[in-house]
Amino acid sequence: MVAVVTGKDLEKYNLHWMPTLMSDTQMVLPTDTVMYQAQEVAAVIATDRYTARDGKEAVRVEYEPMTPVMDPYKSMEPGAPVLRPDKPGKTDNHIWHWEAGDRAKTEEVFKNADVVVKQHMHIPRIHVASIETCGCVAAYDKIENHLTMYMTTQAPHAIRTVIALVAGHVGLTEEKIRVISPDIGGGFGGKVPVYPGYVIAIAVSFLTGAPVKWIEDRSENLQADSFARDYHITAEMAGTKEGKILATRFKVLADHGYTDASANPSKFPTGLFSIGTGSYNYDTAFMEADAVYTNKPPGGVAYRCSFRVTEAVHAVERMTDLFAKQVGKDPAQLRMENFIKKDEFPWKSPTGGTYDSGDYHAGLEKAMKAIAYDEMRTEQIELRKQGKLMGIGISTFTEIVGAGPSKDFDILGIKMFDSAEIRVHPTGKAIARFGTKSQGQGHETTYAQIIAEELGIPAAHIQVEEGDTDTAPYGLGTYASRSTPTAGAAAAVAARKLRDKARKIAAYLLEVSEEDLEWEPGKFFVKGAPDKAKTIQEIVFAAYTNHPQGMEAGFEATHYYDPPNLTFPSGAYICIVDIDPETCEIKIRRFVAIDDCGNIINPMIVQGQVHGGLTQGLAPAMYEELIYDEAGNILNGTLMDYLVPTAVESPSWETGHTVTPSPHHPIGAKGVGESPTVGAPPAIVNAIVDAVSHLGIKHLEIPVTPYKLFKELKKVGYFK
Amino acid sequence: MIPEQFGYSAPTSLQEAFSLLQELGEDAKILAGGHSLIPMMKLRLATPFHLIDINKIPGLAYIREEGNTLKIGALTREVDLEESTLIHDKYPIFIDASKLIADPQVRNFGTLGGNIAHGDAANDHPAVMIALRAVVEISGAGGSRTVAIDDFFHGFYMTAIEQGEILTEIRISRPQSKFGSAYHKVERKVGDYATAGVAIALGMDDKGICTYAGIGLTNVNATPMRAERSEAALIGTNLNAEAINLAARHASEDCQPSSDLRGDEEYKRHQ
Repeated sequence: MVAVVTGKDLEKYNLHWMPTLMSDTQMVLPTDTVMYQAQEVAAVIATDRYTARDGKEAVRVEYEPMTPVMDPYKSMEPGAPVLRPDKPGKTDNHIWHWEAGDRAKTEEVFKNADVVVKQHMHIPRIHVASIETCGCVAAYDKIENHLTMYMTTQAPHAIRTVIALVAGHVGLTEEKIRVISPDIGGGFGGKVPVYPGYVIAIAVSFLTGAPVKWIEDRSENLQADSFARDYHITAEMAGTKEGKILATRFKVLADHGYTDASANPSKFPTGLFSIGTGSYNYDTAFMEADAVYTNKPPGGVAYRCSFRVTEAVHAVERMTDLFAKQVGKDPAQLRMENFIKKDEFPWKSPTGGTYDSGDYHAGLEKAMKAIAYDEMRTEQIELRKQGKLMGIGISTFTEIVGAGPSKDFDILGIKMFDSAEIRVHPTGKAIARFGTKSQGQGHETTYAQIIAEELGIPAAHIQVEEGDTDTAPYGLGTYASRSTPTAGAAAAVAARKLRDKARKIAAYLLEVSEEDLEWEPGKFFVKGAPDKAKTIQEIVFAAYTNHPQGMEAGFEATHYYDPPNLTFPSGAYICIVDIDPETCEIKIRRFVAIDDCGNIINPMIVQGQVHGGLTQGLAPAMYEELIYDEAGNILNGTLMDYLVPTAVESPSWETGHTVTPSPHHPIGAKGVGESPTVGAPPAIVNAIVDAVSHLGIKHLEIPVTPYKLFKELKKVGYFK
Repeated sequence: MIPEQFGYSAPTSLQEAFSLLQELGEDAKILAGGHSLIPMMKLRLATPFHLIDINKIPGLAYIREEGNTLKIGALTREVDLEESTLIHDKYPIFIDASKLIADPQVRNFGTLGGNIAHGDAANDHPAVMIALRAVVEISGAGGSRTVAIDDFFHGFYMTAIEQGEILTEIRISRPQSKFGSAYHKVERKVGDYATAGVAIALGMDDKGICTYAGIGLTNVNATPMRAERSEAALIGTNLNAEAINLAARHASEDCQPSSDLRGDEEYKRHQ
């Protein structure tokens, strides 16, 4: 055993608090008050993990019980205990208020509407539960005054900036810090934030001069890391009795635990929730959200959801179904009648976004055909006659990804561009480095393909490197489906810069003017004389050996891409469920997912993303939820009770796509990683509700478990 | 896994194991497949002073029929039950139950004996044993004795196995009639402990009348439970819907499930 570190020890160096990515503050270790069950209270430093664990068992903590605030609504009540007295002048638990749209106009439309449907829903707190937990090795070199952090982060540069903010006053300024994020075992948003373990490892390495490793065990990961979701939404939709949607109104209460540790862009405390007006053509909406503190772990990370889009899409897609039910229309038909038409893009949403492109009708038509929608409706009628429970659910969502335009998007002041640097060696083979960080998304393949397409170098000759802040250009990292929309675009633009240079060199080598040259992937040739050509490899070699006088030698380019707008992928998902009328067990019979992510770079990678995302959409729809009791105890803090679905629970996903390129992205791509996670839950829940709607059930809260369904069916008298 | 420190012995004969048990006393635990014990040690819910690993003792893993009696060695792995032709042809209930236990990695190691000897009403095999009216052989330094399954489970993690003894064999006598058996379990996801589970073995005579009924319930009672009134409701009938409904109602009434994250008492009785 080497040392035991407490908050009091860290306080001496002013390291006991740290900023969150949302400019809130978070304890590294507490000095007096513990804010939630499973919060770190001390760190045991030992020379091996076995001794460290025994040391941890030997730490005795005396807790004085306090009254926890677990319910965010109670947290808002006057007289509720103030959870953050450390904040000067703080007299309540309110964190922020956000709104979008036109309140007065929305009220007016709602007042005069034929039909209004209203539903309260909770999008429960869940956890990314990546296979690999969070961890790091902090290696401080006293002689060089230099810190190398090997860590599991999705955003190496952003984390380097945060470390410098925390530890700059002890001399660790940004140029003294190197963050290396090697292959990491899943991230899904959970590896964007800064965790106390990182800071403690740095502090101890700084004091001892020895490398210090910190790695969570599974329960620590599940109980203490940043959570996702936890939005309480009161949603309303107004429309005509003929089924025309006129307006939506969402009121959100966001439970952020004891600190807002989201990884949202600074000006968007509720992320891109404003996408919640959906895929439908109407011009009136109002949304507002308030965030509060409770005695739960910090967070609000974007778990594969493109910044709160999952919550928004769940609300609008559930409301669309409720509205269709209310006006007596088939939910597919009602969607078809309300969709924004493909020639109405760019489309300005009533909450401020400008959708770049889409063809929602084509997507839904394709999904309906794939699942044989009309036959399924006929079968449903038959099955109901036999007392069987079968349901069909649709979700036609619009995503919003690729954050983002630097005029609006930053994290801790750093603009949300992303970057690519391409260096082609004299051999014609290249290394390309990026500010993003793959966690299994296959950037090595996708980026290489983009460069190969633009530059005519075989993809196999392009080595892609990410995750080392000393070598990679600064970038904001990989989350929110932003890598292809931002760094992928940067790759294309940087490659085009190189192609321009290649044209100049080719003109010089072939002794013609640049205008006389024509490009085909891999070579420039003289117009009308295809034999007179220079391959890209010959041109690159010349850039080092025989370049025109006055031209800079070498063959490399860097680009920091600042997207002009976000991209708006979409999807049409249809799910069929069968429910056991006795046990209430729910089986997904079929699930068809038609995605539109613009131009597809690698179909296999897109399909892999969709399969994984759908399974992670199935998870909150039917299985996952972090449950706390009133005393603040987490009731399912292990994977035995926190139910992560497996291949056994997953249906055989049927995927397909339509292609509506983004008009403003250099290669027309939109991003896809999170579409399925966003789109799947409402499709599944809409199907389950549809299966029991004739029994008097209008809405079910996620996760819809057989147990919950049993209770609801009992309430409506289905079970005696 | 980072448990507390513990001692470890791996005897190569039962006699050696018995003397170790005698020598080390109550703080020693038998390690068979380890898939109940080791997770508990990992969470430090169990902190045994010493583990006696019986995996190196030969002759404890077998599946064979002697006359009308099926004999299964206590160290037989779940995977061996799943892959046995004898079990497949004559006692498919074991396969029903085995394939619902945890995941393949666990079943490659977990043993039938351990599943029973752990004394946990959430485990799946106890109900199967009750349905089949198994007899358990328990061995000690002084020799072996047999215990009927109905006398085996004493309470939460408590069984008829005494200090110094090891469960060595499971015996099942096949009734002399047309015989069928099955295990069904409602679970939240694959590998979960049962929300509720039921093992049923039925024997029929030539006229289609039920002459044997064995029904065991999983995880709806403090100990693995026989549904006696349900068995009685089936015997002498031709298993018509009315008899089956009555048996189901009795089981629902007689069990004592506790409410937990899997569901409340009402839901479990409903299952």
